[in-house]
Amino acid sequence: MANADCIVLQGGNMAEAHPVGFQWVSEAKARGAKVIHVDPRFTRTSAVADKHIPIRVGSDVALLGALINYVISHDLWFKEYVVAYTNAATIVSDEFRDTEDLGGLFSGFDPTTGKYDPSSWSYADADGSGVGGTGDDEGHNKSGTASGEMAGSGGAPLEHSGVQRDETLQDPRTVFQILKRHYSRYTPEMVQEVCGISADDFTYLAKAITENSGRDRTTCWGYATGWTQHTLGAQFIRTAAILQLLLGNVGRPGGGIMALRGHASIQGSTDIPTLFNLLPGYLPMPTVGLHDTLPEYLDAIASKKQKGFWADADRYFISLMKAYFGDAAQADNNWAYDYLPRLSGPHGTYQTTVGMLAGDVEGYFVLGQNPAVGSANGRMQRLAMAKLKWLVVRDLSLIESATWWKDSPEIASGELRTEDIDTEVFFMPAATHVEKAGTFTQTQRMLQWRHQAIRPPGECQSDMDFFYQLGARIKELVADSTDEVDAPLQAVTWDYPLDEHGDPVPESVLQEINGYRTNEQGERELLSGYPELKADGSTSCGCWIYSGVFAGGQNMSARRVPRGGPNPAQNEWGWAWPADRRILYNRASADPDGKPWSERKKYIWWDEEQGKWVGDDVPDFPVDRAPHSRPDPDLGGPAALTGDDPFIMQADGKGWLYAPKGLVDGPLPVHYEAQESPVRNPLYVQQQNPARMIFAREDNLDAPSAGMPGVEVYPYVFTTYRLTEHHTAGGMSRWLPYLSELQPEMFCEVSPALAQERGLVNDGWATIVSPRAVIEAKVLVTDRMTPLTVAGKTVHQVGLPYHWGVGGTDAIVSGDAANDLIGVTLDPNTQIQESKVGSCDVIAGRRPRGAASLALLASYNERAGVTTETDNIRITDPEAELKDPAPKDDPNRDKEGWSQF
Amino acid sequence: MSIDEHSVLGHQLHGPTDPAADAHWQVHKSRKGFFTDTSICIGCKACEVACKEWNRNPRDGDLELTGWSYDNTQALGASTWRHVAFIEQDRERIEEARESGRQLVSLGMPTVGPPAKTPEAATDSAIAAGADTSAPDTPEFRWLMASDVCKHCTHAGCLDVCPTGALFRTEFSTVVVQPDVCNGCGTCVAGCPFGVIQRRSDGTVEPTTGRGEQKGQQPEVEKKGIAQKCTLCYDRLLDDETPACAKTCPTTSIKYGDHTDLVDIARDRVAQLHEQGLTEARLYGANELDGVGGTGAMFLLLDEPQVYGLPPDPRVPTADLPVMAKRAGMAVAGMVTAAAIAFLGAR
Amino acid sequence: MLEWPVLRQFRSGDYLGRGPAVESARTRNLTSRNETADRVVQSVCPYCAVGCGQRVYVKDEKVIQIEGDTDSPVSRGRLCPKGSASEQLVNAPGRQYEVLYRAPKSKEWQHLDRDTAIEMIAQRFVESRRNGWQERDDKGRLLRRTMGIASLGGATLDNEENYLIKKLFTAAGAIQIENQARI
Repeated sequence: MANADCIVLQGGNMAEAHPVGFQWVSEAKARGAKVIHVDPRFTRTSAVADKHIPIRVGSDVALLGALINYVISHDLWFKEYVVAYTNAATIVSDEFRDTEDLGGLFSGFDPTTGKYDPSSWSYADADGSGVGGTGDDEGHNKSGTASGEMAGSGGAPLEHSGVQRDETLQDPRTVFQILKRHYSRYTPEMVQEVCGISADDFTYLAKAITENSGRDRTTCWGYATGWTQHTLGAQFIRTAAILQLLLGNVGRPGGGIMALRGHASIQGSTDIPTLFNLLPGYLPMPTVGLHDTLPEYLDAIASKKQKGFWADADRYFISLMKAYFGDAAQADNNWAYDYLPRLSGPHGTYQTTVGMLAGDVEGYFVLGQNPAVGSANGRMQRLAMAKLKWLVVRDLSLIESATWWKDSPEIASGELRTEDIDTEVFFMPAATHVEKAGTFTQTQRMLQWRHQAIRPPGECQSDMDFFYQLGARIKELVADSTDEVDAPLQAVTWDYPLDEHGDPVPESVLQEINGYRTNEQGERELLSGYPELKADGSTSCGCWIYSGVFAGGQNMSARRVPRGGPNPAQNEWGWAWPADRRILYNRASADPDGKPWSERKKYIWWDEEQGKWVGDDVPDFPVDRAPHSRPDPDLGGPAALTGDDPFIMQADGKGWLYAPKGLVDGPLPVHYEAQESPVRNPLYVQQQNPARMIFAREDNLDAPSAGMPGVEVYPYVFTTYRLTEHHTAGGMSRWLPYLSELQPEMFCEVSPALAQERGLVNDGWATIVSPRAVIEAKVLVTDRMTPLTVAGKTVHQVGLPYHWGVGGTDAIVSGDAANDLIGVTLDPNTQIQESKVGSCDVIAGRRPRGAASLALLASYNERAGVTTETDNIRITDPEAELKDPAPKDDPNRDKEGWSQF
Repeated sequence: MSIDEHSVLGHQLHGPTDPAADAHWQVHKSRKGFFTDTSICIGCKACEVACKEWNRNPRDGDLELTGWSYDNTQALGASTWRHVAFIEQDRERIEEARESGRQLVSLGMPTVGPPAKTPEAATDSAIAAGADTSAPDTPEFRWLMASDVCKHCTHAGCLDVCPTGALFRTEFSTVVVQPDVCNGCGTCVAGCPFGVIQRRSDGTVEPTTGRGEQKGQQPEVEKKGIAQKCTLCYDRLLDDETPACAKTCPTTSIKYGDHTDLVDIARDRVAQLHEQGLTEARLYGANELDGVGGTGAMFLLLDEPQVYGLPPDPRVPTADLPVMAKRAGMAVAGMVTAAAIAFLGAR
Repeated sequence: MLEWPVLRQFRSGDYLGRGPAVESARTRNLTSRNETADRVVQSVCPYCAVGCGQRVYVKDEKVIQIEGDTDSPVSRGRLCPKGSASEQLVNAPGRQYEVLYRAPKSKEWQHLDRDTAIEMIAQRFVESRRNGWQERDDKGRLLRRTMGIASLGGATLDNEENYLIKKLFTAAGAIQIENQARI
């Protein structure tokens, strides 16, 4: 980031959420880089940016799409980069229909299931068939990822890498031409209409990024949960990725799209997932009906004939099974493949919540999280926990999720009575970060080992020690079982060396993750990286992308050479996956001939004499693959990568402007309105993301959107966010006096205009009502909130930090929880809830107490005529959208859908 | 020992001087200070927290929102030795700030204090040379953030009026309270022209009950009742460590170092901002001819000092003492002076 | 007598009594708290994902100070307000040091021995796993899973901890496991 010439921060408040990371932005700015902040609010980040551009929450695709249109129509894209390194020249199947043709839908949508069959989105094959998969009887794609929960990382698989390309980009079915048509309606005027951004501000942004991209300059984008927490969050990021690829800003110093993540190991907990849909290293969990056998499963991850490193997924998977099940994983039992449980759809935290409410889930572990405060629709979360048989909360203090049974808002309202709640609650005190050793993976994929400073006090215990002990006891309990059901528990390896306190040695777990081979003497030899993994059962590896962290028996994550040593990549500090690379896809930092794009942006280049890639970082490419080498594509895997295929984890080695598969809601990003929006979608007939994940329930109602009766009952848009003084749901900040005093009370931020409209006074109280809850907050009236003019109407936005909660024991500060207001509707790719946008009303004064609060809520919903159908209709106008598209030569084709508007 | 008493006491009370030498330190260290560049502050308050952590100061305030933007600390005090101010300004105010800064420059006084031979004017070569310094487009809105701290004045009112010797000048030329000496008389509180030093005598050591559900134990408070303020982390300085606030500052808004170096850095930064047309930038405390002889902790401000809650023309109460003493024809020496200072300061 | 401040003032030339003449015994013996630490341990900040380096100062098996690690290329010694409050996180006034148990319908917590608690949880785990077991779906295809147990958390935990949790849950057939990455 410090190497960027222009930094656009959008969908995040970096100075607020990552103050120390922001030093690199400050540094770039001091060197003359331009910093632009695009955000609904004027924040701490805006305060030190060159420019703040206010935007309506949830409209980022419209803005980014217009930038794509600007770049293409002004001929400002980086031609050599785009033609060589992206799939711009690839030809798409003639079955594909764009949103241009269908009023906002892509081809393949099934309104009954609410899902797309993506087979028509595939690349055209040389022989006429598609590359990218055929559908099966369930609308699933046999080779992988019709559902977001089945996607791994690094791009979806292709059957092979033989695609058709038109390097002139003139064929109307090239990705480039499709892209051009798709974004042609994303004009500056439309940006004004959708985002509330003036033409001047748009031009400022467009000029800033295009003037700072190319051979000699790079622009960097930074985002956070302002992009992910939407019903089309993944597509927000995809739009930015398309733009950055067009500008040549990926794989180069000072470029990229930086995800600014919020937790110490949130990256690590995705790499080595505590997630339902993944196994370590982004291997998918098997899904019933798709992956019933091991060959089906492996084929679905990657075809052996496709390019890149995913083609070796069998080595990664079999080594994982050896790490999990040891000798019980053998070739003759398919490496214990049938010991793995199967998914049958998404099993995310909100589906689990529904399962709890239905009484299906009996036991729940809450580990350093606070769902009673931090998850969307808090009331639903708390009522769900009250249905459990048992609950284990592991935390540092008695957070709201541990004490809801005696002090939650539902106890106050009378919906729950302590003496009626049957849930057993175990509170297990946790160890802090200094009381245990282990690794965190930070946001740039770097593992850093923490040494243990002291032993945990009292009965506090690390999660490693707790789960080790729990696992050991569970294994004891099933040790004598003859039931096949218990076989995986009996087989799972749990034999870590113990220290003098009887706890597992943390290094031994990291060594298992790193992987080893067993030599002829039966001794374990630690591996030095994932290329050493084998598919014959001779290697074991707990997470292939972390292989090498213990290379040569040295704990590389514990490296602490001051400032990372003299190398510009500073890589003698910690260890970055994969293979200690600091910038991914860095082959793209050199031109197709292997020369740096410019002296100023030199990073990795081809050294003709040595016959290898050299530079400031570990090359993210086969190190001896010459720039112009053209291996036989039928080789498959890394061997098939040509010398100009920098995107080595993609099935065709190219950056994907267009995603023929891998996303469940379309191959190109489209602007849809949020689940709840007082604005009619000005771009398409289709109002919301048709493939969004819906929870139509009485306890999860939505406010009427534009065009529906009752929309005026919830006239304002709210958005939620963090403050620098607090940490997420407050478990690590509201119990600390020094942080609590700095932001002691829940507040809402409103513009002077909204304050006047609703009679709100600064430092007074406001009550905020959504169809899910009624909360109260102190009022900050501030010019930092700007009313926006959108489609001729004023849209007021209300800002709500989400750190406070009701209940808990010994918290220094408490307050109503913003997340109680939020409804559960999810991005279908990521299962992330839309917590950045919702509709609400704001009234002056404090909220009613107890049952009166519920009565107020009921009266609002009655007035708005809200039912479980509100906002939960998938197709806005079936007449306009589901019609067969007109023949392709019809000159009016582009007007289709548009004319309906 | 031949001493020109008049001159010794004169420069010990006003004007440019070397404070540690005046205090007769045998081991003479270079003067240490802070330069807080508010133009790059992100208002994160890490300085406030790091300060409290290091000095084990209790939380204060009553755990209620103040309604002052994101400032819930409000002022420096006995337990808050770093305080971040947040000021929201509209276009009109920004233009006024820019204009007032421009006038300061044309008067040759980008810092506060009496107009005089200010070296700052000379460093403003861009403006002096008539280069194009037309202001960038005035934004519609801005949010100023600034971390305030004890100024560690060259002529420190608190120190000069302390009757017990609890306040003293360190070898780093900083001003520090010795808690084991202070008797809590409070004379210094009135002696500080900036309102920085306070007695830790308020009720914040008791758990706050707030609206009934708010509570929170305080760390055990030592030093209750005595005067407290920033020590510029004297204990850390003794071991060559950077003061806690400056060390933690994510954007280097707070810089720590030798006073002379910081003055140079500060002047360069103002000149750089002026070149960008940001004429509102000005230094505070870098003028050794001002009413406190310049300060050890200096600031780059983007508006007039009072906007940040700082006095525009701070003046040490003892600045006029030598003149008064001369008029009275008194023999001024040693203990007598100390008594007089205590007497005058207490009034 | 020689330590009488007035005498020191005259001896040192510090007539106004503002410098070394008035140094108290405490002041003269002052030293940085960090200097008194028994050991300094390198760690990483537990809050956000930037991964700032920390130095943890330990004296008598207590953490006495946590501050930025100037060696870290990530953070160069700097910390945000939360990171700066890490010592208070470890020594927080409201931190809980004991295992607590709330029985069905009870209005109170009770203390439970840690080993007893883990044993109870293990028994409930095995039982709920059985109660929620699904061997095959309605088409007879293998599911081999339990819907009886779920977990939420991991983004604040170590990689090694997450590894063990996922391994144990997967072997148990418990698929409902999620963390903050998706919230």
